[in-house]
Amino acid sequence: MKALRYLLPLALFAAMVLFLGVGLGLNPREVPSPLIGKPAPAFKLTRLDDASQTIGRDDMLGKVWMLNVWASWCAPCREEHPLVVDIARRQLVPVYGLNYKDNPAAAKGWLANLGNPYRATLVDADGRVGIDFGVYGVPETFIIDRLGIVRLKHTGPLTPEVVRERIEPLLKELNAPA
Amino acid sequence: MIPELGHLALWLAVGVTLVLGIVPMVGAQIGRADLMAVAHPATHWLLALIGLSFVCLLVSFAANDFSVLNVASHSNSALPMMYRLAASWGSHEGSMVLWLLMQAGWTWAVAVFSRNLPPAVLARTLSVMGLLTLSFLLFVLLTSNPFDRLIPAALDGRDLNPQLQDPGMIFHPPMLYMGYVGMSVAFAFAVSALIGGNLDAQWARWSRPWVTVAWAFLTFGIALGSWWAYYELGWGGWWFWDAVENASFMPWLVATALIHSLAVTEKRGGFKSWTVLLAIMAYSLSLLGTFLVRSGVITSVHSFASDPRRGLFILVILAITVGAALVLYAWRAPKVGLGTRFEMLSRETMLLGNNVLLIVATAAVMLGTLYPLILDALGLGKISVGAPYFNAVFVPIMAVLVFFMGIGPLTRWKNDELPALAKRLRWAAAVTVLSAAGAAWVGGQLTFGSMVGLLMAFWITTSVAADLWERVRPAGGMRSNILHRLSLLPRATVGMQLAHIGVAVFVFGVTMVGTYDIERDVAMSPGDSTTVNGYKFTYIGVQSVPGPNYEAMRGHLEVTRDGKPVSDMYPEKRTYRVQRMPMTEAAIDSRIKGDLYVQLGEVIKGDTWLVRIWVKPFVAWIWFGCLLMGLGGLLAVTDRRYRAKVPSRDNERTAASTSA
Amino acid sequence: MRRPEHLSQRALGWARGIALVALLGIAALAPAAAKEAAPASADPVLEDHVMRLSAELRCLVCQNETIAASHAELAVDLRNQVREMLRQGRSDAEIMTYMTDRYGDFVLYRPPLKSTTWLLWYGPALLLFGGLLTLIVILRRRSRMADDRFEPEPDGEVGAAAAAAPPSSGTLPPMPPR
Repeated sequence: MKALRYLLPLALFAAMVLFLGVGLGLNPREVPSPLIGKPAPAFKLTRLDDASQTIGRDDMLGKVWMLNVWASWCAPCREEHPLVVDIARRQLVPVYGLNYKDNPAAAKGWLANLGNPYRATLVDADGRVGIDFGVYGVPETFIIDRLGIVRLKHTGPLTPEVVRERIEPLLKELNAPA
Repeated sequence: MIPELGHLALWLAVGVTLVLGIVPMVGAQIGRADLMAVAHPATHWLLALIGLSFVCLLVSFAANDFSVLNVASHSNSALPMMYRLAASWGSHEGSMVLWLLMQAGWTWAVAVFSRNLPPAVLARTLSVMGLLTLSFLLFVLLTSNPFDRLIPAALDGRDLNPQLQDPGMIFHPPMLYMGYVGMSVAFAFAVSALIGGNLDAQWARWSRPWVTVAWAFLTFGIALGSWWAYYELGWGGWWFWDAVENASFMPWLVATALIHSLAVTEKRGGFKSWTVLLAIMAYSLSLLGTFLVRSGVITSVHSFASDPRRGLFILVILAITVGAALVLYAWRAPKVGLGTRFEMLSRETMLLGNNVLLIVATAAVMLGTLYPLILDALGLGKISVGAPYFNAVFVPIMAVLVFFMGIGPLTRWKNDELPALAKRLRWAAAVTVLSAAGAAWVGGQLTFGSMVGLLMAFWITTSVAADLWERVRPAGGMRSNILHRLSLLPRATVGMQLAHIGVAVFVFGVTMVGTYDIERDVAMSPGDSTTVNGYKFTYIGVQSVPGPNYEAMRGHLEVTRDGKPVSDMYPEKRTYRVQRMPMTEAAIDSRIKGDLYVQLGEVIKGDTWLVRIWVKPFVAWIWFGCLLMGLGGLLAVTDRRYRAKVPSRDNERTAASTSA
Repeated sequence: MRRPEHLSQRALGWARGIALVALLGIAALAPAAAKEAAPASADPVLEDHVMRLSAELRCLVCQNETIAASHAELAVDLRNQVREMLRQGRSDAEIMTYMTDRYGDFVLYRPPLKSTTWLLWYGPALLLFGGLLTLIVILRRRSRMADDRFEPEPDGEVGAAAAAAPPSSGTLPPMPPR
């Protein structure tokens, strides 16, 4: 049928509109992490509270843990901090902090003011470990399992919905007896 | 009061567009001249009301009325007056009012300059334009009201983004929108022809000047944007293939195809349904562009603050407007005739080839722009598509197009012979190869890309010369003066040749600056100098200089060549007081053979500064070429045949077909 | 009468004195250390390479900019990372892999050729050949059609004279056929 050929532009247009419509619900700035399902990058960093001690990636094997990337100069970190404190208080998962490109004195003061939910805070002064983790905007939060595999990455401040709908179910799954 | 007046004017305009959109269209369908006659005065009212609204917005900005949310968000009392006025279109809401003004302006212009059209055609066209205006009026009033109040009023505004505090902001958006919105005229003519069933050469003749003028403005608008980016960003980039840039480029490519396609439809009656489709596509891409910029589906430095709700509204406008047009197309196009006959080697074929290449280029740009969105929507991950991709796919297509650009104008209509054609072109080909080789030898550096670019530029130029020669050379028997024959050339022809030369100039500029651009980053203390490409730059020092709404560190460099002074350059580093944004103002000395481009970096130590110096050969040719392109188009529009009255015989013939 | 040695000695002393004053004077008046400006970086060739690679990498905290052009802190950090890796002798491919391992394909402005981007990279060429092929097929089909399927030559400037006249787009009087 000759007329069918003339419907082609309409069909192509409809497909494009469909994609654009779906696109309205997406966030073009959100970058998924390629680390999900892969081993966490190796690191060995000094502790904020005791510069003579270090913690390395392999020290963390055998437990499920949360890595929260923050800095005292970061305003959204301030917003999410009560939530992190709450997670630590409820003992959902051991929380470790990564102090990203910060001044140690300022960082310590920040924790003193707002509360310290972290088992330990690691000092990443030059941001190299942050780059290894694919950090591009603080705050960011990772969940790492017993075998040292990254299971979740959340960019931006944590919200109660994210904790409830993504983190808690994941923790339940990871903590289940093997 | 004034903002409310502006707001009211927009609501009244809704009423006018409802009348304009319905009454003349009905009148054309049932043959009532009095109903059709409503269109003309309606367009006057529309322009008056939207113009009033626009003026109210301008006044609010000029008077620093910070009780208007838009003014408080985008202006400041210390902002110089010209930028306060330009800030009226510096926001999403304000720019939509500019869009509406352009739409009302074009609608009015069609009413005023088309008196010799058959009443039914004009009535339908104006009705369609009224409906298009209505869709955007509703968009502004329901989702993007620029007259929203801020209670209590702010004490002062948040200032216009410092990157927009530039003369570019005054000229680039209006030119661009003239072009974008101007595509709606071709669209309206096309839809009107589809409704009335009168797709013929007359339709093409009416549409062509409108498309050409809109295309010329779009060319100027895009060129201004590119030039602005070049001197504003501080490092001389002039095209990034950013999604918003592509959003303006795609309608331009299709409009270029449309101009060439209309040439065939107008003269030979061919390609009718294809031309109609192109006319629909051009405006569709304008709509797509505005969707991409305002919806937040893509990331861009140019995009306005995004709001999915607004995006949805525009998507609905896009879907209904273009969907309806394409349904009409599917209904009417199969019945359209084949046009006149032409052979395989003919100008018609060349122009069809031009169209294929331009549409493929448009598709390539669209593919690259939307691909990240498509993959993300399908859950296949997130990628970025940037300049490396676009340059890789676009340039080869353009190279082929340029090759045909040289051959096309010299090919005869309907039927040509290859040996004769080759004979007309042989000198052009020879001179092209020699000139390109010569230029490369003088430049001292040869890359594949630069060779292709030079060949392209010289090919266009020599073939235009060959075409000119064919038209003015003394023929056997006729001893007429060459100058006389030159003066007889129709403006449409000269316009075409000028526009094609513009392309050659553009390609030459792009090639030269792309191949021979030199950058030198140096640490300079007062008295230090460095020589780049024969130019000696001597650093004198910096001093602190306050501006109207910024503080600046102004550097001073003296430039000499062979001991003779060339210029003084004053690059600045500014900090705008309100938004505390640091901005680099590069110092540019623009000359025919190239630009000297100096950027003040940062302090290294004490009074030693990092200074970046570029010598950019022939870079201004890029925008000069665009200027020639647009001027060529405007010249072509002033051709005699568009100013002549349409013979009454045609009026009767088309009047008879309007009741179809 | 003075002894000759005294005179010459004094003259020498004067001469030295004048010379010294003159020298100091010239030194005071001449521009201080007006020299050829040193390149901003120690190794301009390396810098050039850094910028070339950086121009292909996306700044993740920016609204569509390369890390070569951006002033953002992460962009500076990543440029430094590229520089260091080049100094270590890593290849371009290794550096790109480093970036995609951490940030995914999103960070590349030149999308990699994979099954998901096959259509992206080959699409334009396919469209070009498809378009030209379609054009040729349609033209062939048209050339085989009977004359009555077509419209008659339009009257006006390009009418019956079109076949004989040279390429003309306007009202130039047609020239006699060559």
